[in-house]
Amino acid sequence: MNILKQAKAVGIAAVLAVLAGCAGQVNEQAGGASSTSGATAANVAQLKSEAMAADTLFFFEFDKSDLKQEALDDLDAHAKYLSADRTSKVRLEGHADERGTRAYNLALGERRANSVARYLVIQGVNRSQIETVSYGEERPLSLSRDDNGWSRNRRVELIYQ
Amino acid sequence: MRLLIWLAMAFVVAMPARAELVIEITRGVENPIKIAVVPFRVKSSGAFDVDLARLIESNLERSGQFIRVSRDTMLSLPGPEDQIFYRDWRAIDSEYTVVGSIERDAQGLLVRYGLHDVFGERVLFAERIPGSQESLRDIGHYISDRIYEALTGIKGIFSTRLLYVSAERRSEKDQTFKLILSDADGGRPRTIFQSSEPILSPAWSPDGSRVAYMSFRGKRPGIYVQTLATGEVQKVTDFKGLNSAPSFSPDGRKLVLTLSRDGNPEIYIANLRTGELERMTNHFAIDTEASWSPDGRSILFTSSRGGKPQLYMLNVADKTTKRVTFDGDYNSNGAFTPDGESIVFVHRTNERFHIARMNLKTRELRILTETDLDESPSVAPNGTMLIYATSDEEKGLLGLVSMDGRVRVRLPSISESVREPAWSPFFN
Repeated sequence: MNILKQAKAVGIAAVLAVLAGCAGQVNEQAGGASSTSGATAANVAQLKSEAMAADTLFFFEFDKSDLKQEALDDLDAHAKYLSADRTSKVRLEGHADERGTRAYNLALGERRANSVARYLVIQGVNRSQIETVSYGEERPLSLSRDDNGWSRNRRVELIYQ
Repeated sequence: MRLLIWLAMAFVVAMPARAELVIEITRGVENPIKIAVVPFRVKSSGAFDVDLARLIESNLERSGQFIRVSRDTMLSLPGPEDQIFYRDWRAIDSEYTVVGSIERDAQGLLVRYGLHDVFGERVLFAERIPGSQESLRDIGHYISDRIYEALTGIKGIFSTRLLYVSAERRSEKDQTFKLILSDADGGRPRTIFQSSEPILSPAWSPDGSRVAYMSFRGKRPGIYVQTLATGEVQKVTDFKGLNSAPSFSPDGRKLVLTLSRDGNPEIYIANLRTGELERMTNHFAIDTEASWSPDGRSILFTSSRGGKPQLYMLNVADKTTKRVTFDGDYNSNGAFTPDGESIVFVHRTNERFHIARMNLKTRELRILTETDLDESPSVAPNGTMLIYATSDEEKGLLGLVSMDGRVRVRLPSISESVREPAWSPFFN
């Protein structure tokens, strides 16, 4: 189980690295691979309830935009549902903590939202089902000016539309 | 030891509106000029809502180069027509004395004032300024500029303006952001744009007639240029992704800004008349926070291409880039000083964020502030000071610091959290 997860994370990291290299062009063609063909209504309902129970907040390290391994299970649940129901849509809101400059943090928030978007696309979600926006450091969750507060603010929020 | 004047006992500038900024000098210079500004004599019935003498002495003191002689110690309160007994002013250590009067007349009102050199025992100059109740603060700033320039040889910045963003937060998703225009001393704050979504990166056009900023109209951010006199708003860009960090070219015709429409944050130049866009960088890292040099030939920007945010210089003609900062693992949000010889930016040392200045030729780096989370430096048009954003336990504040780091003034706001200050150019 653990080993499988490790292997998966490494695989994804590699894919992300390749994707990052060709900046942005990837998103359009991805997603068609897994279709809704096999999904029955009951199946979709089941995936939906799993997705709704999954975490919608994903956290990051300072000045970093790579996904943490602990985010993957929950993101998989969202990806499965989004792939099964092509009418479903999510908005990914990227955020940064207050340290560092505001415009840079706006760019960092976008990178974080894009990393989540890329992961979902690799898992079969259509890029058109995903909208991303960055709020930089302008909408902190926590007002605590310490490591604890800052780590809560470096996040992507996944919101079903 | 050193004759540093500590004015830790904060003094408060009398200002009518509640939302205005309060000035508090935390450090001063050695041997500031001692100046007595005598309360302006009111020569007609009825009061005026601006105390010109207070406004002038506060302006001069905020520069760090002056210190006021307290009203309480003055032996007499002469008006501009009265004979000045220089001995009395020497006795209380005043080097210069300002006397003035204000009266209503058929046209509105008339202000007279004169500046006296106490040791030289002579009038340096005297003026009569006609105006109105609404222009009293402008007159006070004008007089401050005249005195400052006469005694320091440097053009004053008291008639310039500030732009900044205030935020009032009720919860994470319930906030009110305001773009505020005020006098250089924080007086007469006026909201020029308001939104429930973030407002960022306000920037002045070189002639001071327009401002550019990032805001959301709808759910998407865009870059907008607003004409101050008319309130007219021009949309410059609202592409998918980032539209951020605008800065005007020295001729006012273009904006340099950040777009991620091609998948990644890159620096672009937008022609404001034709709408034409030119991509200036091409790198998979973050490129943002561009700022034009005074000669228009270079653009300073932040890039994470070296792994951490650092400042780079872009040659506008051939698009080549050169790394500028090497000290510290976080240098960002740079801007040029008006003479183009130095840059100011946010610099992290020992896990704290300060404002630093670096001379581009000698590469000498000087840290100017000592609070934490200092950001958004914006240099005054006469190059003597910069304004920046910092914060206390609860909210954002603005601070001023002289370019040698010696003089520090805090401008804490009374109610809202403030950030993103931008100092205007000269208007005259």
